[in-house]
Amino acid sequence: MKKDIILKAENISKQYRLGQVGTGTLSHDLNRWWHEIRGKENPYLKIGDTNDRSTKATSEYVWALQDINFEVERGEVLGIIGKNGAGKSTLLKILSKVTAPTTGSIKSRGRIASLLEVGTGFHGEMTGRENIFLNGAILGMTKKEIASKIDEIIDFSGCERYIDTPVKRYSSGMTVRLAFAVAAFLEPEILVIDEVLAVGDAEFQKKAIGKMQDISRGEGRTVLFVSHNMAAVETLCTRVISMNNGSILGDGSPTKIISEYLQSSSFSQRKISFENSEEAIGNENVKILYAAIENTSALDPDEIIDVTSTINFRLKMVNQTREEKISIGYDLRTIKGDVVFGSGGKFNCCIGMTTEVSCEIPANFLNDDVYQIHIYFHTNGMSQLYSNLELLTFEVKDVKRESGYLGKVNGMIRPSLPWTLKQ
Amino acid sequence: MNNTDNTSEWLFEIKPKNKFFSLNLKEVWQYRDLLFLFVKRDVITVYKQTVLGPLWYLIQPLFTAITFTIIFNNVAGINTGSVPPFLFNLAGITVWNYFTSCLNGTSNTFASNAGIFGKVYFPRIITPLSVVISNLIKFGIQFLIFVAFYLFYNFQGADLGLNSLVLLFPLLIIMMGILGLGLGMLISSMVTKYRDFSYLVGFGVQLLMYLSAVMYPMELIKAKLPGYGWLVEYNPLAYIIESARYMLLNVGQISLLGLTYTLAVTITVFFVGLLVFNKTEKSFIDTV
Repeated sequence: MKKDIILKAENISKQYRLGQVGTGTLSHDLNRWWHEIRGKENPYLKIGDTNDRSTKATSEYVWALQDINFEVERGEVLGIIGKNGAGKSTLLKILSKVTAPTTGSIKSRGRIASLLEVGTGFHGEMTGRENIFLNGAILGMTKKEIASKIDEIIDFSGCERYIDTPVKRYSSGMTVRLAFAVAAFLEPEILVIDEVLAVGDAEFQKKAIGKMQDISRGEGRTVLFVSHNMAAVETLCTRVISMNNGSILGDGSPTKIISEYLQSSSFSQRKISFENSEEAIGNENVKILYAAIENTSALDPDEIIDVTSTINFRLKMVNQTREEKISIGYDLRTIKGDVVFGSGGKFNCCIGMTTEVSCEIPANFLNDDVYQIHIYFHTNGMSQLYSNLELLTFEVKDVKRESGYLGKVNGMIRPSLPWTLKQ
Repeated sequence: MNNTDNTSEWLFEIKPKNKFFSLNLKEVWQYRDLLFLFVKRDVITVYKQTVLGPLWYLIQPLFTAITFTIIFNNVAGINTGSVPPFLFNLAGITVWNYFTSCLNGTSNTFASNAGIFGKVYFPRIITPLSVVISNLIKFGIQFLIFVAFYLFYNFQGADLGLNSLVLLFPLLIIMMGILGLGLGMLISSMVTKYRDFSYLVGFGVQLLMYLSAVMYPMELIKAKLPGYGWLVEYNPLAYIIESARYMLLNVGQISLLGLTYTLAVTITVFFVGLLVFNKTEKSFIDTV
């Protein structure tokens, strides 16, 4: 079978210098130059850490990307996912020729246009129409091309009324609409898109996603799409690459790679378990031997939780107080710290023995987000025995949606409420 | 599985090392519309939300010329021969202004466009080129005011001889623009790494004006300061301004040797600037 490769990245690496970049590099520059003159390799290319921002650097140089290899076929919609700082944006910058790779090369059979951040080059003093021309030209269109599409662009943006008003009077949403409209009518063989769907209202998102689908399906163009919105990636992309610390972690079908990525992401600490009460967390009053967030909708309780999963919170604790009756409760908080709800009850826990309790959070109740369990134990008289703010952390994933709105559904919770149609 | 991996089929390749010299003229030509739109943007947005608008183009050289006339001619007593001192200064200032606005505009190319350069690719040279061209338009407007005063003084009966060499005046201006562009590209590339240069340009240009025969004839400095005359003599800008005045007002002298020297310097500066600019454009986004 002959594959139609439109883009090929070979051993792409990118090195950055940490800390102050400026006059201090003069000595390095001279040293590098001296090596170059003698035909030797750049001495600073040999050293460097992997790109893990959480650990302390041992070298002044860091590899933002290391040995990236991939191929993209014509007409593919390739999603690129990864944590902040995984190297996604650096990769896109290299692809769009904004910065050069330190080593390796990218070969392409088509024009690449990037939408790294919409509204690039907009000038506030100029009108919407003038900015369409300017922005289009910056993105590589000729004046003729833009002129032939200007009506479509204005129509798509939905800013017709303000098109002859200076852009500085636009709302941010309108600016984005206008900018995306220009980019959507670009005709490169490869379109690079970085997080544009985070802005704009639902109606516009729908339009934008529809346009992206048209671009890739109808017109057979290739799209590289970077996003943190897993629902959008899963719906739009035909293939996904996940990145971590500057290298490619996984490459394959969207569903598989996304679930692998979510499982590996450091967000979740869904289970803690200890052999005996010496090692267990807690204090002199209460010891927690085991705590877990389980997915009871799936066969494997450790399966990824999505918004349609029934969640079970299980807890095994040892009562080391002199009272049998203990109030056990938890607050479910989002990662941002907002309390979604609190729940608890009073239980008879045999003194010195292990007690197991569990609490079910129904399916179709939590929204897609990262949640934390804040557990607390009290005596019957409500004096606090023990509490742990971050006992467990888990992520609820969005489910794949067929079409329409792909942004985040608003709200702390996302209950499935009964709707009826009356005619 | 057969990869259609035939290098000749690739449209382009992104590689780390820049060739020693690469100016992709074809690519620049493809982006000519962008150049035009940048020029248009510069011209129409400069004096937006000002009351006087494009009049500012005229106010600045006029007032500078008046000040110079008062200080250098009336107070310090510099003799400009048969030419009215005001016209003498206005000619110098108009030409000099074109150089400084080119230099100032291009010397912060990278720093002031970091945002846009960090997001999309287009031949970077478009940006300084657009500055030089939009300043040419500004120069054109300022030159018109000079022409108006020239005619005015002519009617007043001043002895103003238009030299036939005036036909070469456009070439002189192009040379000035290229020199400003080359120097600007050179400085803008250095500024990305060493910010010191942006401060240097700020007052350096002002000091340079005094060495460029803007408000005095070249002869005068040689006569009055024989020890330091070479400072002006080695300044290519002084030759351009002196020659411009010779062409326009038939005053001073035109030195073929000096102009050849200026041309050589211009070409050298331009190509060195282009070279450094080319090198910088690939990596500057990581250093800026």
